[in-house]
Amino acid sequence: MPDTQILRRPLIAIPALVAMLVTWPLAAWAHVESGQAGGFMSGLSHPVSGLDHVVAMIAVGLWGAQLGMPALWILPIAFPMMMAVGGVLGLTGAPVPGVEVGIALSAVVLGALVLGGLRLPLAAAVAVVGVFAVFHGHAHGTELQAGQDAILYSLGFVIATGLLHAVGIAIGAIQRWSPGRQALRGAGALVMAAGIYFLWGALA
Amino acid sequence: MRRPGLTPPLAAGLLALPGAAEAHLVTSGLGPFYDGTLHLLLSPADLLGLLAVALLAGLRGPRAGRFTVMALPCAWLLGGLVGLGLPTVPDLTWLGAAAFLVLGLLVATDAKLPPIAIAALAAGYGGLRGLLNGDALAAIGTEWSTLFGIVLAVLTLALLTTAAVVPVRALWARVAVRVAGSWVAAVGMLMLGWLAQAADP
Repeated sequence: MPDTQILRRPLIAIPALVAMLVTWPLAAWAHVESGQAGGFMSGLSHPVSGLDHVVAMIAVGLWGAQLGMPALWILPIAFPMMMAVGGVLGLTGAPVPGVEVGIALSAVVLGALVLGGLRLPLAAAVAVVGVFAVFHGHAHGTELQAGQDAILYSLGFVIATGLLHAVGIAIGAIQRWSPGRQALRGAGALVMAAGIYFLWGALA
Repeated sequence: MRRPGLTPPLAAGLLALPGAAEAHLVTSGLGPFYDGTLHLLLSPADLLGLLAVALLAGLRGPRAGRFTVMALPCAWLLGGLVGLGLPTVPDLTWLGAAAFLVLGLLVATDAKLPPIAIAALAAGYGGLRGLLNGDALAAIGTEWSTLFGIVLAVLTLALLTTAAVVPVRALWARVAVRVAGSWVAAVGMLMLGWLAQAADP
């Protein structure tokens, strides 16, 4: 073997050895907790991502404020829970016909109820809100992105929904004053008009 | 020509070795006990049910609160010790989600359960989460003191939450507690949906 080959062999071997050591894969222990903030923020932003959802959820708060106790707090409890039922249906792929129409109708009906100042019995009010909540939940359930932290996503999603109801309740507090009652009905008319626009889009 | 020695490039290679990704207790830098405490505070899977059961006990008054504050951490510790000792623990994630649903519904409906029943629920939930914590700790080979850190955090949070709710008499404040319960129940329901979706993609 010539001398030059003896000299070159280590020159090739050493960088190869170094490269091997540098790139040696070590065990990556599971990072099950990663991406939490993303999951929470994603869940938090999902209910406010569509105006049709936002309008209906605020309308639930407006109507609850108009009906007073105990609907004031029972409706905002019923909506997220029934929305979660709809979310489960969406997640499991259970078909619910006419989801987009149902969402648009929720704004039309809730807006009309606020506009008319209609005082339904509590059970009927819960039923109305609960049925529409299933449509909203189903839409969200089918749109959920893969790879999210499920628990934080769900938490963000539910909190955002509850806060939208709270916005409606806060706006509804204006009904303590006589002009406020008229303004609240006006807000109902706006919700209803938005619902008709969404319904037009859903049926087109 | 002098042949370069092996030592410098080897040393350079060793220095540049990528470190193992150490996961996953969050490292507090204060040792395993505080790692355990921090773990609980950053684990919504543990926290949500804990808060729900503490809210439920608080709504039902001081006697239920006292029972729960005793039962929850004790069961958590026992479950944790069992989890540390068992070779494998079955996947009980669905049971945790179901617990959110049940506990959240009980808070939302302001269920008039006797204190002993609430303590039993607290013990059941504590045992379940402790078992899962113990199993996870055994898997990453941490010390027992981590479990004690978790249990102390459980005791502290249960105590503070229950103590905050027991004296609440104002309607709006009790409603706020019940709304929080409904949110926990909704999260539990959604979690069950996620799990069903994952089981049947």
